[in-house]
Amino acid sequence: MALQLDARPPATPASGRSRPARTGRLSRIDAKYSPYLYIAPFFVVFAIFGAWPLAYTFWVSLHDWDLLGSNPTFIGTDNYTRLLADGDFWHSVVNTLGIFVISTAPQLLLALWLANLLNRQLRFRTGWRMTVLIPNVTSTAAVAIVFGVLFGREFGMVNWLLDLIGLDGIEWKSDRFASWVAISAMVDWRWTGYNALIFLAAMQAIPRDMYEAAAIDGANRARQFWSVTVPLLKPTIIFCVIISTIGGLQLFTEPRLFHSGTNAIRGGPLRESQTLTMYMFENAFAPYYNFGYGSAVAWLLFALIAIVAAINVLIIRRLGAGARPRVGQRKGAAR
Amino acid sequence: MSKLWRASPLTYGALIAAGVLSIFPIYWMFVVASRSSDAMGQLPPPVTPGDNLGANIARLFGNTDAYFLAGLINSAIVAITVTVSVVLFSSLAGFAFAKLRFRGSNALLMVIIATMMVPTQLGVIPLYMLMTKFNLNDRLPAVILPALVTGFGVFMMRQYAGQAVSTELIEAARVDGCGTARIYWNVVVPALRPAAAVLGLLTFMTTWNDFLWPYAVLNDPENPTVQLSLRALSDGYYQDMSQVFTGTAIATLPLLLVFVLFGRQIIGGIMEGAVKA
Repeated sequence: MALQLDARPPATPASGRSRPARTGRLSRIDAKYSPYLYIAPFFVVFAIFGAWPLAYTFWVSLHDWDLLGSNPTFIGTDNYTRLLADGDFWHSVVNTLGIFVISTAPQLLLALWLANLLNRQLRFRTGWRMTVLIPNVTSTAAVAIVFGVLFGREFGMVNWLLDLIGLDGIEWKSDRFASWVAISAMVDWRWTGYNALIFLAAMQAIPRDMYEAAAIDGANRARQFWSVTVPLLKPTIIFCVIISTIGGLQLFTEPRLFHSGTNAIRGGPLRESQTLTMYMFENAFAPYYNFGYGSAVAWLLFALIAIVAAINVLIIRRLGAGARPRVGQRKGAAR
Repeated sequence: MSKLWRASPLTYGALIAAGVLSIFPIYWMFVVASRSSDAMGQLPPPVTPGDNLGANIARLFGNTDAYFLAGLINSAIVAITVTVSVVLFSSLAGFAFAKLRFRGSNALLMVIIATMMVPTQLGVIPLYMLMTKFNLNDRLPAVILPALVTGFGVFMMRQYAGQAVSTELIEAARVDGCGTARIYWNVVVPALRPAAAVLGLLTFMTTWNDFLWPYAVLNDPENPTVQLSLRALSDGYYQDMSQVFTGTAIATLPLLLVFVLFGRQIIGGIMEGAVKA
């Protein structure tokens, strides 16, 4: 909070008494209360359409509540008890975590590597940056449909390429693990370039003389990358991991549209790639409209996101907990 | 800055590989969109454009399951309304947080930052109930209303206003008898214009892309957003892939257009936000 406005009413200048005291009082009221008016839209809209629904989800989850909702019965934690004994629920938990793990780890490593490539003296600097960001600005639904075809069994291009190098085609949609890989490929295709640009921005904030000092100490480039760049990037990496966790565990559009037809909301006939958000959706909306049960799924997903985010942060704090000078400086910049 | 590592041929090789991977699925989408429907069953898969695009477009807009034109129009209405609203409210609130002194401003700003971390998508069930109650199901306001503000937008504008809006100018305007509203309009808005443009572009693209909530609340097949039209095409009984791909290509086109025109600003916005956040 650097420079601040003086909240006092302006000292009436040369105009003398021509301006009545009323104007002074009005401008005092204006200075004191108008800020609340300016921030009010955010808080009103968020309260109604963001905070309230999230909190009310918990209340709904304690009821047997259907579409008509005329007579919801309070059933305590019954929905949760049922859910914890529900095989399909646990199946979707495993799917969600599986897709999350095999998409996030390579994605962040690739992004680091790509950022390191972009952080050099390059011709067509902006062109390269735009190229790696293009996947991120395409329509998610469109891309999911295209990848669904690329990973098709008979005529998909991926299996055709595998065949070219003498490998057997893979059942990308009906094999559980293969479908995780295909969906992860889709997620990574979309987000690697975006994360690379974020890492690149943070890399550019690292002072050059730190590399010079490391070079004088005899560190080669690879060593400099792991001992200078990565530790200094830690706050940014944590930021990206948290964002990826929140987004990755709520994955919906990609797996939903990777499949097509009547089983699509189940992520395939045997729920090969049904994520938790899809399971919530399947229960809460057409055709079942089981609001209570769906809400319980939503809250457990919420809990899962919090737990996984916390674990991730702990792990990353641990990794190379050593040298991290100047981290405070960047955090300080955000105030 | 001149001491950046030199790029080796290997660097360019790796970047070209990354670039090909990035662009190919989009390119191939347009290839299939321009071919006849038997392109899907060919091996090796076709990788050059055909001459069937016009016919595919005609069939797409004539498809009685997808309501593609309605989807395009609806998506445009939703995305433009949301963009205007997000930019307006974010700049107002960002200005207040950056430049005005009021009780509780720090705590309230923390609340806004916290909202960026909350998975609000998990509140769709009560949101659906709310829309049912107000009889907004199957109608565009149900999609527009929850998106009118974003914590990200307020935070971004607040960060930018802190450095771009001159405090001296605000004080001078006050001395001249300007109220806060006029200061916002005459001093703040001109200074915020570059950041407002980036926020607008990002908001437009996110909103155009939105899938889960519209899918939940817009159940009338005749009144979809364009992403829902794509879903209808993709889930159709007969799968005419060149027609489906024509749909995905057209739905992606506005986003690519925005990116080609304003890519530099978008990249700047993402990278600046990263250093500050």
